[in-house]
Amino acid sequence: MATATRKRRLGRQVAIVGAGLSQFGAFPDKDSRDLFVEAFQDMIQTMDQPIDIDDIECAYVGNYSSDLFETQGHTAPIVADWLGMTPIPITRIENACASSGSALREGAMAIASGMYDVVLVGGMEKMTNLPTEGVTDVLASAADGLYEVPAGLTFPGIFGAIAKAHMDRYETSLDHLLKVGIKNHNNGALNPKAQFNVTIRDLMERRMARAEQRGQPVPEWQTELDFLNDDRANPWIAWPLRLYDCAPITDGASCILLVAADIAHNFTDRPVSLAGIGQASGKPLHDADELTSLSAAKEASRQAYEMAGITADDVDLAEVHDCFTIAEIVASEDLGFFAPGEGPRAVDEGRTALDGDRPINTSGGLKSKGHPVGASGVGQVVEIYHQLRGEAGERQAKKSKLEVGLTHNVGGTGGTCVVNVLRRE
Amino acid sequence: MPDWNKPLPTVVGETRAYWDACRRGQLLIQHCGQCGEYQFYPRGICAHCWTENPGWVAASGKGTVWTYTVTYQNRTPGFDQGPYVLALVELEEGVRMFSNIVECDPREVSIGMAVEVTFQRATDQISVPYFKPAG
Repeated sequence: MATATRKRRLGRQVAIVGAGLSQFGAFPDKDSRDLFVEAFQDMIQTMDQPIDIDDIECAYVGNYSSDLFETQGHTAPIVADWLGMTPIPITRIENACASSGSALREGAMAIASGMYDVVLVGGMEKMTNLPTEGVTDVLASAADGLYEVPAGLTFPGIFGAIAKAHMDRYETSLDHLLKVGIKNHNNGALNPKAQFNVTIRDLMERRMARAEQRGQPVPEWQTELDFLNDDRANPWIAWPLRLYDCAPITDGASCILLVAADIAHNFTDRPVSLAGIGQASGKPLHDADELTSLSAAKEASRQAYEMAGITADDVDLAEVHDCFTIAEIVASEDLGFFAPGEGPRAVDEGRTALDGDRPINTSGGLKSKGHPVGASGVGQVVEIYHQLRGEAGERQAKKSKLEVGLTHNVGGTGGTCVVNVLRRE
Repeated sequence: MPDWNKPLPTVVGETRAYWDACRRGQLLIQHCGQCGEYQFYPRGICAHCWTENPGWVAASGKGTVWTYTVTYQNRTPGFDQGPYVLALVELEEGVRMFSNIVECDPREVSIGMAVEVTFQRATDQISVPYFKPAG
Protein backbone atom coordinates (compact mmCIF):
# COMPACT_ATOMS: atom_id res chain seq x y z
CA MET A 1 0.00 0.00 0.00
CA ALA A 2 1.20 3.48 -0.81
CA THR A 3 0.73 4.70 2.76
CA ALA A 4 3.37 2.28 4.03
CA THR A 5 6.17 4.03 2.17
CA ARG A 6 4.87 7.59 2.03
CA LYS A 7 7.64 10.06 2.82
CA ARG A 8 7.09 11.28 6.35
CA ARG A 9 8.10 14.47 8.06
CA LEU A 10 7.54 16.11 11.42
CA GLY A 11 4.92 18.85 11.35
CA ARG A 12 7.35 21.04 13.33
CA GLN A 13 11.06 20.63 13.82
CA VAL A 14 12.24 19.39 17.21
CA ALA A 15 15.51 20.13 19.03
CA ILE A 16 17.26 18.69 22.08
CA VAL A 17 18.45 21.30 24.56
CA GLY A 18 19.38 19.26 27.63
CA ALA A 19 20.48 15.72 28.50
CA GLY A 20 21.05 13.87 31.75
CA LEU A 21 22.04 10.44 32.96
CA SER A 22 22.05 8.81 36.37
CA GLN A 23 24.98 6.73 37.46
CA PHE A 24 24.58 3.26 35.91
CA GLY A 25 25.19 0.27 38.18
CA ALA A 26 23.60 -1.62 41.06
CA PHE A 27 22.05 0.63 43.70
CA PRO A 28 20.21 -1.20 46.49
CA ASP A 29 19.04 2.08 48.03
CA LYS A 30 17.40 3.53 44.92
CA ASP A 31 14.06 2.90 43.23
CA SER A 32 13.47 3.71 39.60
CA ARG A 33 11.88 7.03 40.60
CA ASP A 34 15.04 8.00 42.52
CA LEU A 35 17.16 7.10 39.52
CA PHE A 36 14.98 9.24 37.28
CA VAL A 37 15.33 12.19 39.64
CA GLU A 38 19.11 11.71 39.52
CA ALA A 39 19.09 11.81 35.71
CA PHE A 40 16.85 14.89 35.77
CA GLN A 41 19.16 16.69 38.18
CA ASP A 42 22.12 15.85 35.95
CA MET A 43 20.22 17.36 33.02
CA ILE A 44 19.25 20.65 34.66
CA GLN A 45 22.70 21.09 36.18
CA THR A 46 24.38 20.74 32.79
CA MET A 47 21.97 22.85 30.72
CA ASP A 48 23.28 26.07 29.24
CA GLN A 49 20.37 28.14 30.62
CA PRO A 50 18.39 27.49 33.79
CA ILE A 51 14.85 26.23 33.23
CA ASP A 52 11.76 26.75 35.32
CA ILE A 53 9.68 23.77 36.42
CA ASP A 54 6.66 25.38 34.75
CA ASP A 55 8.45 25.35 31.38
CA ILE A 56 7.89 21.59 31.05
CA GLU A 57 4.44 20.90 29.62
CA CYS A 58 4.33 17.16 29.08
CA ALA A 59 6.45 14.04 29.65
CA TYR A 60 6.93 10.47 28.42
CA VAL A 61 8.85 7.87 30.40
CA GLY A 62 10.10 4.59 28.97
CA ASN A 63 10.05 1.64 31.36
CA TYR A 64 9.96 -2.04 30.57
CA SER A 65 8.70 -3.60 33.76
CA SER A 66 8.58 -1.78 37.06
CA ASP A 67 5.58 -4.07 37.64
CA LEU A 68 7.70 -7.23 37.72
CA PHE A 69 11.03 -5.76 38.85
CA GLU A 70 9.66 -3.54 41.63
CA THR A 71 6.03 -4.68 42.02
CA GLN A 72 5.06 -1.14 41.09
CA GLY A 73 2.71 -0.25 38.27
CA HIS A 74 1.53 3.17 37.07
CA THR A 75 5.00 4.59 37.55
CA ALA A 76 4.73 7.66 35.31
CA PRO A 77 2.65 9.87 37.66
CA ILE A 78 4.93 8.85 40.53
CA VAL A 79 7.83 10.33 38.56
CA ALA A 80 5.87 13.54 37.93
CA ASP A 81 5.10 13.81 41.64
CA TRP A 82 8.69 13.08 42.67
CA LEU A 83 9.87 15.92 40.43
CA GLY A 84 7.10 18.28 41.54
CA MET A 85 5.75 18.44 38.00
CA THR A 86 2.10 17.52 38.57
CA PRO A 87 -0.38 18.19 36.96
CA ILE A 88 1.39 17.88 33.58
CA PRO A 89 0.37 14.86 31.52
CA ILE A 90 2.94 12.07 31.80
CA THR A 91 2.72 8.66 30.15
CA ARG A 92 4.71 5.49 30.54
CA ILE A 93 5.75 3.79 27.31
CA GLU A 94 6.64 0.09 27.18
CA ASN A 95 8.44 -1.46 24.22
CA ALA A 96 10.82 -3.81 26.04
CA CYS A 97 14.44 -2.58 25.69
CA ALA A 98 13.28 0.09 23.20
CA SER A 99 10.86 1.67 25.71
CA SER A 100 12.61 5.02 26.00
CA GLY A 101 13.42 5.11 22.28
CA SER A 102 9.69 4.94 21.74
CA ALA A 103 9.05 7.47 24.55
CA LEU A 104 11.32 9.93 22.73
CA ARG A 105 9.36 9.39 19.55
CA GLU A 106 6.06 10.13 21.31
CA GLY A 107 7.57 13.31 22.76
CA ALA A 108 8.81 14.45 19.36
CA MET A 109 5.38 13.87 17.85
CA ALA A 110 3.70 15.75 20.72
CA ILE A 111 5.79 18.80 19.78
CA ALA A 112 5.45 18.24 16.04
CA SER A 113 1.67 18.16 16.43
CA GLY A 114 1.77 21.72 17.74
CA MET A 115 0.21 20.74 21.06
CA TYR A 116 3.31 21.30 23.21
CA ASP A 117 6.56 23.28 22.96
CA VAL A 118 8.61 21.72 25.78
CA VAL A 119 8.49 18.00 26.51
CA LEU A 120 10.59 15.89 28.88
CA VAL A 121 11.33 12.34 27.69
CA GLY A 122 13.38 9.68 29.38
CA GLY A 123 13.56 6.17 30.68
CA MET A 124 14.30 4.22 33.83
CA GLU A 125 14.76 0.66 35.00
CA LYS A 126 15.48 -0.80 38.40
CA MET A 127 16.62 -4.37 37.75
CA THR A 128 18.90 -5.50 40.56
CA ASN A 129 16.15 -6.08 43.15
CA LEU A 130 15.73 -9.58 41.79
CA PRO A 131 18.29 -12.37 41.71
CA THR A 132 19.74 -13.16 38.27
CA GLU A 133 17.29 -15.98 37.59
CA GLY A 134 14.40 -13.65 38.42
CA VAL A 135 15.71 -11.00 36.02
CA THR A 136 16.14 -13.68 33.36
CA ASP A 137 12.51 -14.73 33.83
CA VAL A 138 11.28 -11.13 33.53
CA LEU A 139 13.34 -10.58 30.39
CA ALA A 140 12.20 -13.91 28.96
CA SER A 141 8.60 -12.75 29.35
CA ALA A 142 9.32 -10.61 26.27
CA ALA A 143 9.53 -13.94 24.42
CA ASP A 144 6.47 -16.00 23.54
CA GLY A 145 5.37 -18.09 26.49
CA LEU A 146 3.42 -20.54 24.35
CA TYR A 147 6.08 -21.73 21.94
CA GLU A 148 9.46 -20.22 22.84
CA VAL A 149 9.80 -20.47 26.60
CA PRO A 150 9.03 -24.25 26.69
CA ALA A 151 11.95 -24.69 24.26
CA GLY A 152 14.34 -23.11 26.76
CA LEU A 153 14.74 -19.89 24.88
CA THR A 154 16.81 -17.19 26.61
CA PHE A 155 18.02 -13.86 25.27
CA PRO A 156 21.64 -15.02 25.15
CA GLY A 157 20.29 -18.14 23.40
CA ILE A 158 18.55 -16.11 20.71
CA PHE A 159 21.55 -13.88 20.08
CA GLY A 160 23.79 -16.95 20.21
CA ALA A 161 21.68 -18.39 17.41
CA ILE A 162 22.07 -15.15 15.46
CA ALA A 163 25.84 -15.23 16.06
CA LYS A 164 26.04 -18.82 14.80
CA ALA A 165 24.11 -17.86 11.66
CA HIS A 166 26.45 -14.90 11.04
CA MET A 167 29.52 -17.11 11.53
CA ASP A 168 28.08 -19.70 9.17
CA ARG A 169 27.27 -17.21 6.42
CA TYR A 170 30.26 -14.84 6.69
CA GLU A 171 33.86 -14.84 7.90
CA THR A 172 32.81 -13.91 11.42
CA SER A 173 34.83 -15.49 14.23
CA LEU A 174 34.55 -15.76 17.99
CA ASP A 175 37.42 -13.26 18.28
CA HIS A 176 35.45 -10.67 16.31
CA LEU A 177 32.72 -10.84 18.94
CA LEU A 178 35.22 -10.54 21.78
CA LYS A 179 36.90 -7.55 20.11
CA VAL A 180 33.60 -5.65 20.20
CA GLY A 181 33.56 -6.14 23.96
CA ILE A 182 37.19 -5.05 24.32
CA LYS A 183 36.51 -1.89 22.32
CA ASN A 184 33.38 -1.01 24.29
CA HIS A 185 35.12 -1.54 27.62
CA ASN A 186 37.96 0.71 26.40
CA ASN A 187 35.33 3.42 25.86
CA GLY A 188 33.40 2.68 29.05
CA ALA A 189 36.61 3.00 31.06
CA LEU A 190 36.55 6.68 30.02
CA ASN A 191 32.90 7.14 31.02
CA PRO A 192 32.48 8.01 34.71
CA LYS A 193 28.77 7.05 34.52
CA ALA A 194 29.50 3.52 33.25
CA GLN A 195 28.66 0.44 35.33
CA PHE A 196 31.89 -1.23 34.17
CA ASN A 197 34.21 1.74 34.14
CA VAL A 198 37.16 -0.51 33.42
CA THR A 199 39.05 -2.00 30.45
CA ILE A 200 39.20 -5.73 29.80
CA ARG A 201 42.99 -5.46 30.18
CA ASP A 202 42.59 -4.01 33.68
CA LEU A 203 40.09 -6.73 34.58
CA MET A 204 42.57 -9.34 33.35
CA GLU A 205 45.49 -7.84 35.26
CA ARG A 206 43.40 -7.61 38.44
CA ARG A 207 42.56 -11.31 38.16
CA MET A 208 46.24 -12.16 37.71
CA ALA A 209 47.27 -9.97 40.66
CA ARG A 210 44.60 -11.55 42.85
CA ALA A 211 45.80 -15.05 41.96
CA GLU A 212 49.35 -14.06 42.83
CA GLN A 213 48.29 -12.53 46.18
CA ARG A 214 46.46 -15.72 47.09
CA GLY A 215 49.40 -17.89 46.13
CA GLN A 216 47.34 -19.50 43.36
CA PRO A 217 48.73 -20.35 39.93
CA VAL A 218 48.83 -17.12 37.90
CA PRO A 219 47.10 -17.52 34.51
CA GLU A 220 49.42 -17.02 31.56
CA TRP A 221 47.31 -14.49 29.68
CA GLN A 222 49.33 -12.19 27.42
CA THR A 223 46.51 -10.38 25.68
CA GLU A 224 42.87 -9.56 26.31
CA LEU A 225 41.93 -12.24 23.79
CA ASP A 226 43.87 -14.87 25.78
CA PHE A 227 41.86 -13.88 28.84
CA LEU A 228 38.52 -13.79 27.02
CA ASN A 229 39.11 -17.15 25.34
CA ASP A 230 39.75 -18.84 28.69
CA ASP A 231 36.68 -20.93 29.59
CA ARG A 232 37.23 -20.42 33.32
CA ALA A 233 37.65 -16.63 33.16
CA ASN A 234 34.94 -16.15 30.56
CA PRO A 235 32.47 -19.05 30.67
CA TRP A 236 30.05 -19.97 27.89
CA ILE A 237 26.54 -18.62 28.35
CA ALA A 238 25.02 -19.68 25.04
CA TRP A 239 27.70 -20.83 22.62
CA PRO A 240 29.06 -18.96 20.66
CA LEU A 241 28.48 -16.26 23.28
CA ARG A 242 30.47 -16.06 26.49
CA LEU A 243 29.86 -14.01 29.64
CA TYR A 244 31.75 -10.98 28.30
CA ASP A 245 29.62 -11.00 25.15
CA CYS A 246 26.55 -10.08 27.25
CA ALA A 247 25.43 -6.70 28.57
CA PRO A 248 25.00 -6.59 32.35
CA ILE A 249 21.93 -6.20 34.58
CA THR A 250 21.75 -2.53 35.50
CA ASP A 251 19.87 0.13 37.47
CA GLY A 252 19.75 3.50 35.76
CA ALA A 253 17.79 6.34 34.20
CA SER A 254 18.15 8.87 31.41
CA CYS A 255 16.33 11.97 30.21
CA ILE A 256 16.46 14.71 27.61
CA LEU A 257 14.52 17.91 27.07
CA LEU A 258 12.82 18.30 23.69
CA VAL A 259 11.63 21.70 22.49
CA ALA A 260 10.16 23.15 19.33
CA ALA A 261 13.17 24.10 17.19
CA ASP A 262 12.02 27.70 16.82
CA ILE A 263 12.41 28.32 20.57
CA ALA A 264 15.56 26.22 21.06
CA HIS A 265 17.75 29.30 21.33
CA ASN A 266 15.90 30.34 24.49
CA PHE A 267 17.59 27.34 26.10
CA THR A 268 21.00 27.04 24.44
CA ASP A 269 23.20 28.43 21.67
CA ARG A 270 24.14 24.88 20.72
CA PRO A 271 20.97 22.80 20.26
CA VAL A 272 21.06 19.42 18.61
CA SER A 273 18.23 18.84 16.17
CA LEU A 274 16.23 15.66 15.87
CA ALA A 275 16.69 15.48 12.11
CA GLY A 276 15.13 12.08 11.52
CA ILE A 277 13.14 9.53 13.51
CA GLY A 278 12.15 6.03 12.51
CA GLN A 279 10.47 3.13 14.22
CA ALA A 280 9.46 -0.26 12.88
CA SER A 281 8.16 -3.56 14.15
CA GLY A 282 9.55 -6.95 13.18
CA LYS A 283 8.36 -10.52 13.16
CA PRO A 284 9.56 -12.99 15.76
CA LEU A 285 12.86 -14.55 14.81
CA HIS A 286 11.43 -17.86 13.59
CA ASP A 287 9.44 -15.97 10.94
CA ALA A 288 12.28 -13.64 9.90
CA ASP A 289 13.50 -13.69 6.31
CA GLU A 290 17.09 -14.01 7.47
CA LEU A 291 18.91 -14.38 10.75
CA THR A 292 21.92 -12.18 10.08
CA SER A 293 19.92 -8.98 10.06
CA LEU A 294 16.98 -7.42 11.94
CA SER A 295 14.36 -6.25 9.45
CA ALA A 296 12.95 -3.65 11.87
CA ALA A 297 16.38 -2.01 12.14
CA LYS A 298 16.70 -1.74 8.37
CA GLU A 299 13.22 -0.24 8.07
CA ALA A 300 13.61 2.17 11.01
CA SER A 301 16.92 3.44 9.65
CA ARG A 302 15.46 3.83 6.17
CA GLN A 303 12.73 6.04 7.66
CA ALA A 304 15.18 8.08 9.75
CA TYR A 305 17.62 8.61 6.87
CA GLU A 306 14.81 9.65 4.55
CA MET A 307 13.37 12.15 7.02
CA ALA A 308 16.83 13.62 7.67
CA GLY A 309 17.67 13.68 3.96
CA ILE A 310 20.90 11.75 4.44
CA THR A 311 22.43 8.37 3.73
CA ALA A 312 24.36 6.04 6.03
CA ASP A 313 27.62 7.54 4.72
CA ASP A 314 26.71 10.91 6.25
CA VAL A 315 26.59 9.51 9.81
CA ASP A 316 29.70 10.49 11.76
CA LEU A 317 29.16 8.34 14.85
CA ALA A 318 26.54 6.10 16.41
CA GLU A 319 25.33 4.50 19.60
CA VAL A 320 23.90 1.08 18.74
CA HIS A 321 22.08 -1.54 20.77
CA ASP A 322 24.87 -3.93 21.78
CA CYS A 323 22.87 -6.04 24.26
CA PHE A 324 25.24 -8.74 22.98
CA THR A 325 28.46 -8.25 21.03
CA ILE A 326 27.00 -9.85 17.89
CA ALA A 327 24.15 -7.32 18.04
CA GLU A 328 26.61 -4.45 17.46
CA ILE A 329 28.06 -6.16 14.40
CA VAL A 330 24.60 -6.88 12.97
CA ALA A 331 23.51 -3.28 13.73
CA SER A 332 26.53 -1.82 11.93
CA GLU A 333 25.46 -3.73 8.82
CA ASP A 334 21.68 -3.12 9.15
CA LEU A 335 22.33 0.62 9.44
CA GLY A 336 24.33 0.54 6.20
CA PHE A 337 27.65 1.58 7.75
CA PHE A 338 29.23 -1.58 6.35
CA ALA A 339 28.05 -4.08 3.76
CA PRO A 340 26.46 -7.32 5.03
CA GLY A 341 29.25 -9.51 6.36
CA GLU A 342 31.76 -6.62 6.49
CA GLY A 343 30.98 -5.61 10.08
CA PRO A 344 33.56 -7.96 11.61
CA ARG A 345 36.33 -6.65 9.37
CA ALA A 346 35.48 -3.07 10.41
CA VAL A 347 35.98 -4.15 14.03
CA ASP A 348 39.34 -5.75 13.13
CA GLU A 349 40.49 -2.59 11.40
CA GLY A 350 39.52 -0.38 14.34
CA ARG A 351 37.08 1.61 12.25
CA THR A 352 34.47 1.60 15.02
CA ALA A 353 36.92 2.55 17.81
CA LEU A 354 37.10 6.00 19.41
CA ASP A 355 39.78 7.05 16.90
CA GLY A 356 38.19 5.26 13.94
CA ASP A 357 36.36 6.78 10.99
CA ARG A 358 32.98 5.48 12.28
CA PRO A 359 33.06 5.42 16.08
CA ILE A 360 30.39 3.17 17.57
CA ASN A 361 29.36 3.17 21.23
CA THR A 362 31.75 5.84 22.48
CA SER A 363 29.82 5.68 25.78
CA GLY A 364 30.91 2.08 26.32
CA GLY A 365 27.62 0.86 24.89
CA LEU A 366 25.17 -1.31 26.75
CA LYS A 367 28.04 -3.76 27.25
CA SER A 368 30.19 -1.55 29.46
CA LYS A 369 28.07 1.48 30.32
CA GLY A 370 25.26 -0.87 31.38
CA HIS A 371 21.76 -1.75 30.17
CA PRO A 372 18.91 -0.57 32.41
CA VAL A 373 16.57 -1.68 29.67
CA GLY A 374 13.91 1.04 29.77
CA ALA A 375 16.56 3.78 30.03
CA SER A 376 18.89 2.62 27.28
CA GLY A 377 17.31 4.30 24.24
CA VAL A 378 17.40 7.82 25.63
CA GLY A 379 20.74 7.02 27.28
CA GLN A 380 22.15 6.59 23.77
CA VAL A 381 20.78 10.00 22.78
CA VAL A 382 22.41 11.57 25.84
CA GLU A 383 25.80 10.33 24.61
CA ILE A 384 25.33 11.56 21.04
CA TYR A 385 24.13 14.95 22.35
CA HIS A 386 27.34 15.41 24.32
CA GLN A 387 29.54 14.09 21.49
CA LEU A 388 28.02 16.44 18.90
CA ARG A 389 28.49 19.37 21.30
CA GLY A 390 32.13 18.37 21.86
CA GLU A 391 31.67 17.88 25.59
CA ALA A 392 32.30 14.14 25.99
CA GLY A 393 35.62 14.69 27.77
CA GLU A 394 38.19 11.92 27.58
CA ARG A 395 35.97 9.78 25.37
CA GLN A 396 35.30 12.54 22.82
CA ALA A 397 35.46 10.92 19.36
CA LYS A 398 38.69 11.86 17.64
CA LYS A 399 37.51 12.49 14.07
CA SER A 400 37.44 16.11 12.94
CA LYS A 401 33.93 16.11 11.45
CA LEU A 402 31.23 15.44 14.03
CA GLU A 403 27.94 16.81 12.78
CA VAL A 404 25.57 13.88 12.41
CA GLY A 405 25.01 11.18 15.03
CA LEU A 406 22.67 8.20 15.13
CA THR A 407 21.05 6.05 17.80
CA HIS A 408 19.76 2.50 17.25
CA ASN A 409 17.58 1.02 20.00
CA VAL A 410 16.15 -2.51 19.78
CA GLY A 411 13.28 -4.04 21.75
CA GLY A 412 13.18 -7.79 22.27
CA THR A 413 14.87 -9.64 19.45
CA GLY A 414 13.97 -7.03 16.88
CA GLY A 415 10.23 -6.84 17.52
CA THR A 416 10.80 -3.10 17.83
CA CYS A 417 13.58 -0.88 16.53
CA VAL A 418 13.87 2.88 16.94
CA VAL A 419 16.48 4.86 15.00
CA ASN A 420 17.13 8.58 15.47
CA VAL A 421 19.35 10.89 13.43
CA LEU A 422 20.70 13.86 15.40
CA ARG A 423 22.40 16.85 13.84
CA ARG A 424 24.49 19.59 15.43
CA GLU A 425 23.03 23.01 14.57
CA MET B 1 9.16 -41.13 33.53
CA PRO B 2 10.96 -38.43 35.53
CA ASP B 3 8.86 -35.53 36.78
CA TRP B 4 8.65 -32.79 34.21
CA ASN B 5 9.81 -29.48 35.68
CA LYS B 6 10.31 -27.38 32.55
CA PRO B 7 7.91 -24.50 31.86
CA LEU B 8 4.64 -25.61 30.31
CA PRO B 9 2.56 -23.68 27.79
CA THR B 10 -0.78 -22.28 28.90
CA VAL B 11 -3.05 -23.73 26.25
CA VAL B 12 -5.56 -21.19 24.98
CA GLY B 13 -8.45 -21.66 22.57
CA GLU B 14 -6.79 -20.92 19.27
CA THR B 15 -3.90 -23.27 19.95
CA ARG B 16 -5.71 -26.18 21.59
CA ALA B 17 -5.79 -28.18 18.36
CA TYR B 18 -2.00 -27.87 18.08
CA TRP B 19 -1.31 -29.14 21.60
CA ASP B 20 -4.00 -31.84 21.35
CA ALA B 21 -2.24 -33.14 18.24
CA CYS B 22 1.16 -33.04 19.95
CA ARG B 23 -0.30 -35.29 22.62
CA ARG B 24 -1.24 -37.75 19.86
CA GLY B 25 2.26 -37.55 18.38
CA GLN B 26 1.32 -35.37 15.44
CA LEU B 27 2.72 -31.95 14.50
CA LEU B 28 -0.02 -29.71 13.12
CA ILE B 29 0.57 -26.44 11.33
CA GLN B 30 -1.96 -24.11 9.77
CA HIS B 31 -2.52 -23.97 6.04
CA CYS B 32 -4.83 -21.31 4.65
CA GLY B 33 -7.33 -22.67 2.16
CA GLN B 34 -7.82 -19.17 0.77
CA CYS B 35 -4.26 -18.03 -0.02
CA GLY B 36 -2.34 -21.28 0.33
CA GLU B 37 0.21 -20.00 2.86
CA TYR B 38 1.45 -22.08 5.78
CA GLN B 39 1.51 -20.46 9.20
CA PHE B 40 3.15 -21.01 12.59
CA TYR B 41 2.31 -19.94 15.36
CA PRO B 42 -1.32 -21.08 15.14
CA ARG B 43 -3.83 -18.25 15.36
CA GLY B 44 -7.46 -17.44 14.62
CA ILE B 45 -6.79 -15.70 11.32
CA CYS B 46 -4.39 -16.12 8.43
CA ALA B 47 -1.80 -13.35 8.88
CA HIS B 48 -1.27 -13.29 5.10
CA CYS B 49 -4.85 -12.70 3.88
CA TRP B 50 -6.90 -12.31 7.12
CA THR B 51 -9.13 -15.27 6.32
CA GLU B 52 -10.72 -16.54 9.52
CA ASN B 53 -9.99 -19.98 10.89
CA PRO B 54 -7.26 -21.17 8.52
CA GLY B 55 -7.24 -24.96 8.28
CA TRP B 56 -4.83 -27.42 9.83
CA VAL B 57 -2.55 -29.92 8.11
CA ALA B 58 -0.21 -32.49 9.56
CA ALA B 59 3.40 -31.50 8.93
CA SER B 60 5.74 -34.24 7.76
CA GLY B 61 7.78 -33.63 10.90
CA LYS B 62 10.95 -33.49 8.83
CA GLY B 63 13.10 -30.40 8.56
CA THR B 64 16.58 -28.90 8.79
CA VAL B 65 18.46 -26.89 11.40
CA TRP B 66 18.30 -23.22 10.37
CA THR B 67 20.54 -22.07 13.21
CA TYR B 68 21.28 -23.14 16.76
CA THR B 69 23.08 -22.36 19.97
CA VAL B 70 24.35 -24.52 22.80
CA THR B 71 22.87 -22.91 25.90
CA TYR B 72 25.06 -23.41 28.99
CA GLN B 73 23.39 -20.97 31.39
CA ASN B 74 19.66 -21.03 31.95
CA ARG B 75 18.50 -21.16 35.54
CA THR B 76 14.90 -21.91 34.55
CA PRO B 77 13.91 -25.21 36.19
CA GLY B 78 14.37 -28.10 33.79
CA PHE B 79 16.97 -26.23 31.74
CA ASP B 80 19.55 -25.92 34.50
CA GLN B 81 21.08 -29.38 34.08
CA GLY B 82 23.87 -28.65 31.65
CA PRO B 83 24.11 -27.60 28.03
CA TYR B 84 21.26 -28.16 25.59
CA VAL B 85 20.83 -27.32 21.93
CA LEU B 86 18.32 -24.54 21.27
CA ALA B 87 17.63 -24.54 17.54
CA LEU B 88 15.47 -22.92 14.93
CA VAL B 89 14.18 -25.76 12.78
CA GLU B 90 12.80 -25.14 9.30
CA LEU B 91 10.10 -27.68 8.46
CA GLU B 92 9.71 -29.09 4.95
CA GLU B 93 6.56 -26.99 4.62
CA GLY B 94 8.61 -23.83 5.10
CA VAL B 95 7.59 -22.65 8.56
CA ARG B 96 10.16 -22.52 11.35
CA MET B 97 9.99 -23.18 15.05
CA PHE B 98 12.22 -22.87 18.10
CA SER B 99 12.88 -26.24 19.64
CA ASN B 100 15.64 -28.40 21.07
CA ILE B 101 17.79 -30.92 19.23
CA VAL B 102 17.81 -34.05 21.37
CA GLU B 103 19.21 -37.57 21.21
CA CYS B 104 22.58 -36.40 19.92
CA ASP B 105 25.82 -34.81 21.13
CA PRO B 106 25.63 -30.99 20.82
CA ARG B 107 28.93 -31.10 18.93
CA GLU B 108 27.30 -33.12 16.17
CA VAL B 109 24.71 -30.46 15.38
CA SER B 110 25.28 -28.28 12.33
CA ILE B 111 23.32 -25.76 10.27
CA GLY B 112 21.49 -27.58 7.49
CA MET B 113 21.43 -30.88 9.39
CA ALA B 114 18.36 -33.05 8.66
CA VAL B 115 16.14 -33.58 11.70
CA GLU B 116 12.74 -35.09 12.50
CA VAL B 117 10.20 -34.40 15.19
CA THR B 118 9.97 -36.45 18.38
CA PHE B 119 7.55 -35.84 21.23
CA GLN B 120 8.32 -35.89 24.94
CA ARG B 121 5.38 -36.39 27.28
CA ALA B 122 5.36 -33.73 29.98
CA THR B 123 1.94 -34.24 31.55
CA ASP B 124 -1.22 -36.13 30.66
CA GLN B 125 -2.28 -33.08 28.64
CA ILE B 126 0.97 -31.79 27.18
CA SER B 127 3.61 -33.38 24.99
CA VAL B 128 6.39 -31.08 23.78
CA PRO B 129 7.78 -31.39 20.23
CA TYR B 130 11.57 -31.68 19.95
CA PHE B 131 13.76 -32.72 17.04
CA LYS B 132 16.37 -35.44 16.67
CA PRO B 133 18.75 -36.33 13.85
CA ALA B 134 16.75 -37.79 10.94
CA GLY B 135 16.97 -41.56 10.96
